[in-house]
Order: sequence, then C-alpha cells, then structure tokens
Amino acid sequence: MVLTQEHIQQRLTEKFGDLVSNFESPYGMLSFEAPKDQNLKVLQFLFDEADLNFQFMTDLTAVNYPDKPGRELAVVYHLHNLRDNVRIRFTVYSDINTPDVFTASKLFSAANWMERETYDFFGVNFVGHENLKRILNVDEMDYFPLRKEYPLEERTRIDKDDQMFGRG
Amino acid sequence: MTEHHQHHIKLPEGSIEKQTTTLNVGPTHPATHGVFQNIMELDGEQIVSTEQTVGYIHRAFEKLAERRPLYQITTITDRLNYCSSPLNNMGWHLTCEKLLGVQTPKRVDYLRIIIMELSRISDHLICNSIMGVDTGAYTGFMYIMQYRELIYEIYEEICGSRLTTNIGRIGGFERNFTNTAFTKLEKFLKEYPAALRELENLFTRNRIFMERTIGTGPISAERALNYGFTGPNLRAAGVDYDVRVHSPYSSYEDFDFKVPVGKTGDSYDRFLVRNEEMWQSLSILNQAYKKVQEFKGAEAEVFHADVPEYYLPVKEDVYTKMESLIWHFKIVMGEIDMPKGEVYHSIEAGNGELGFYLVSDGGRTPFRLHFRRPSFIYYQAYPELVVGGMLSDAIVVMSSLNLIAGELDA
Repeated sequence: MVLTQEHIQQRLTEKFGDLVSNFESPYGMLSFEAPKDQNLKVLQFLFDEADLNFQFMTDLTAVNYPDKPGRELAVVYHLHNLRDNVRIRFTVYSDINTPDVFTASKLFSAANWMERETYDFFGVNFVGHENLKRILNVDEMDYFPLRKEYPLEERTRIDKDDQMFGRG
Repeated sequence: MTEHHQHHIKLPEGSIEKQTTTLNVGPTHPATHGVFQNIMELDGEQIVSTEQTVGYIHRAFEKLAERRPLYQITTITDRLNYCSSPLNNMGWHLTCEKLLGVQTPKRVDYLRIIIMELSRISDHLICNSIMGVDTGAYTGFMYIMQYRELIYEIYEEICGSRLTTNIGRIGGFERNFTNTAFTKLEKFLKEYPAALRELENLFTRNRIFMERTIGTGPISAERALNYGFTGPNLRAAGVDYDVRVHSPYSSYEDFDFKVPVGKTGDSYDRFLVRNEEMWQSLSILNQAYKKVQEFKGAEAEVFHADVPEYYLPVKEDVYTKMESLIWHFKIVMGEIDMPKGEVYHSIEAGNGELGFYLVSDGGRTPFRLHFRRPSFIYYQAYPELVVGGMLSDAIVVMSSLNLIAGELDA
C-alpha cells in the first residue's frame, strides 16, 4: 500500500481532531501544525503507528516570525518514513516570552544536538532535555542571535536598510 | 566495560590504579583532522566517557544568509564540507531551482552529475586514505593525493577555483565545459581505477588495518537511524538509504548504480562502503560522460536553463548584449523578488543527506535558511561509538566518520 498524504492527514485528524490544522502541501511535502503542548503526542503517534512509521528525524530547527504575535517562534520538524519514502513537515508555534516546548530527544537521539542548536540560536526552551546548553556559540553569550531582533549589520550603518533586501 | 574488572587484588581507595585520567584531546590535536575537542575520561587506555565540544569554527552562516541574495549564498555553502564543495554548491542551486520553479535541461543535469560524482570521489578518497594515515600507513594518502589533484584541475578548468569552488549558477553553469575539461576528465577516468585498485589492495586485506578497524566503533542499524545517520555511515550499518535513489534529483534516475551496504557499522565497514561508492561513482561518471557526448550541434552548447530572471548572464554577453546587461543589472541590484514559500531540498553529499530548509517571505534574501548538516547530526553518537574501546581506536573511529569541522560548525 502506498502511503498517501490524504491517508496521513486522515489518520491525524481521526486521532487529534481539530488540534492538528493547516494541512498544506507546499512543493509536494505535506506540512501541518499542532499546539505546542501536543508536539510529543503527535510525534509519538507518527512514530508508533505501523502504517505511518515516521521513525527518522531528518531535521529540527526554528524560525522566528516577529510579525506574528503569540506565534513568534516556530519549531519545525522534518520527519521521514524511510520504508514508504514519504517526508512530512510538522510545525509547532510558541510565543517568544514563554518559549517552552517539550523535548523530542527521548524519542529521537538525533534531536539532542539539534535541540541544543535551536536553543542556542533561538532560545527555545526544550522542557525535559537533559543537557540543554549552548553548542555552537560561546557559553557566555547572553542573547539568541538568530532571532530577528538582532540585526546582522552594525546598528550604526544607515546605508543598508531593508529596502535593499526587498522588504520594508 | 567501565568497571575495573582487571583488578583482582583488593586495592585501597585512592590508590593510583583506581583513578581515572582526564585527557583533553584537541581542540587542535594532530591526530584529529580538524578542530575537534574531546574531554575524555580514561581508565588506562580504555575510554570511560567522553564529551565533545563543537563550534570552534562557527561562522554564523545561517545569519549571514539572511542578508544575501541567493547567488551570494553559494559561496557560503562552499565552506560547509570543504572536501566536496561542488556537492554543496549543486545542492544549493537545486534548492533555489525548486523554490523558483526552474527546469534544467538534461545536458545541465548530466554535467552536474559529472561534477557531483567527481566531488564525491574526492571526498571519499580523502576519508579513506586518512584512515590509513591514522592506522600507520602514510603512503596511500600521499599517493592518492595526486589523483585528487586531477579532480581539482577539472574544477579549475570549469570554474576557475579549486577548493572553495562556487561552481555553477542557478539554472546551470557559468560557462560551457571546454574541451580541455573533457580531456582532463578522460585522463582521470583512465588513470584513477588503477590507483583506486592499488589503494584498495593496500588496505582491504591488510592485517594491521583490519585489526585496527574491524569491530571498532560499531553501531546497529536501529541506533544509527535513531541518531539520524545518513550517507556512508548509515549504509555501513546496513540501511540502503541513498537520497540519489529515494528522492532522485538532477536526473539521477537515468543512471544505473548500486548502493553498497555494510553489516556491522564499524570503521572497517565504513571504509568498505566508501571504497565501493567510489567505484559506483566512477561508473556513474562513465555513463554521464557518454550521455553528454551524445548531445550534438546546438544541443552540445546548452549549459544553462533559459531563465534570464534568475540566471546570472555570461560576462562577455553583459559587455556586448543589451538584454544581458539589463538582466545582470536586475539580478545584481536585487530587483527580482523570490516567490513566497517553504522548501526543503536535500542531496546525497559526501557525508550523507545535506538538506536546505529555505523559508522565503517574498524578499530578495531568504527569510530563514537552515542547513541540515550530516556531520553535525551524527557526531553526537561519537561517545556511544567509542566508550569502552581504546583511545587509539577512538581516533580511527573519528576519521572513519569523515567529520568535517566546517560542516559540523556551519
């Protein structure tokens, strides 16, 4: 049996009802979102169910959307079912003031460092992670550099405004 | 393995035999090829525990990419896995093309495959010969280096540089392959098999090499998958996952090749898998070169897709043709915005699945770009691979994983 995107969507809606939403398929990859407190339940469900079998974590990262109040931080999981060769993207949103998301490192050993990296750059607090400390940046750093509030350019420069980059 | 099982005599607490030693391997240690630090706890020569420190050459690529138009990010990707820069470059171009909806002509796909497979060979030959160095056989490394030189000469002929290549563009290549490039490719295809055979003979049935690598740093298929292993390291554990086969890109589906797998996931299997992959790459190269030769006349002049709004025009045309000048100006001054969207694209790089997660908000630069770097993901399994083994084996395990500091730290 071929694992179709409709089947995955149907199975998820059966189990989680309205909690899973925003099913889309940009560039052919099924993507959806769930509330952040459901992230482990969804991941576990996708992992355990024999017909879904999403047991390979390809990638885990975050995106900062300063323009979405209450949903500033998106934690993005890319999962892969290697048997049927299907990839999906699963996103949970968090507000930036309480960026607590449950850790997936108990389920996927691969998530350990990827979560540390995400913490390091975005300050996502992965609740339950055993060793959540900075990984690529120096330990003394007191900010999260990939958040949009930290500009790349020196603040005194006025010649490079956002207009040069198609925004603003 | 961590108990002090070798002591049969009752020793008083605090005696030197009961103590473990803390050893700082790295950050710059001659035995680790790159900037890696490991704080190891040793009981004699046996590793009790180890903790890796990474990030010594972190260069904030993901942040830099947020202020660069697509074509300027290629130079960043060079510096990920710098043993096979062209693979990273191609992965990036393919990601952009997926986002922009650019279809490349078949000839471009085949030329790219030539570059990618050459690059894979240059990556694997370094890894395998370095394993030789770490087990005490320097000759193979020195000998095989001259063949990597042949590959670098081909890159040089195509794009002008050797290590950090910045090869190709969105939509194709900066210029057509010259006859010299093909002559050099022919020379490589003719000479390399004999050299690879010799390198193989030097190691595969070499008693010292086998004893040093068989059984060191093993990992089961199940653990490897859970750790997110990809590429040769996963295949050595017995899982035949290869992005080229599972999600073909750049017309890999037109080629006939095998995916070699190992059994035990130890250093020896990793060596054998890489070695066999080089043979497979040679076979792909021969097939691709044959396919490229089949293009005649005007078709043989095709080296980029017809997408003027994204493909940086050839320099001579910019000086002589009005239209090219306009497009050049538009692209360089950033007058063309990208479509909005989220795209994930991955390729089979030297170390496994190199993924690009690109979020575009419709600006001229990515809103967010994340690199899925295989080295970063599998290096976290290192303690599990080496604890309980000897210190000297840990060094070989590290080489056999083919860790590249640039890719690890991004």
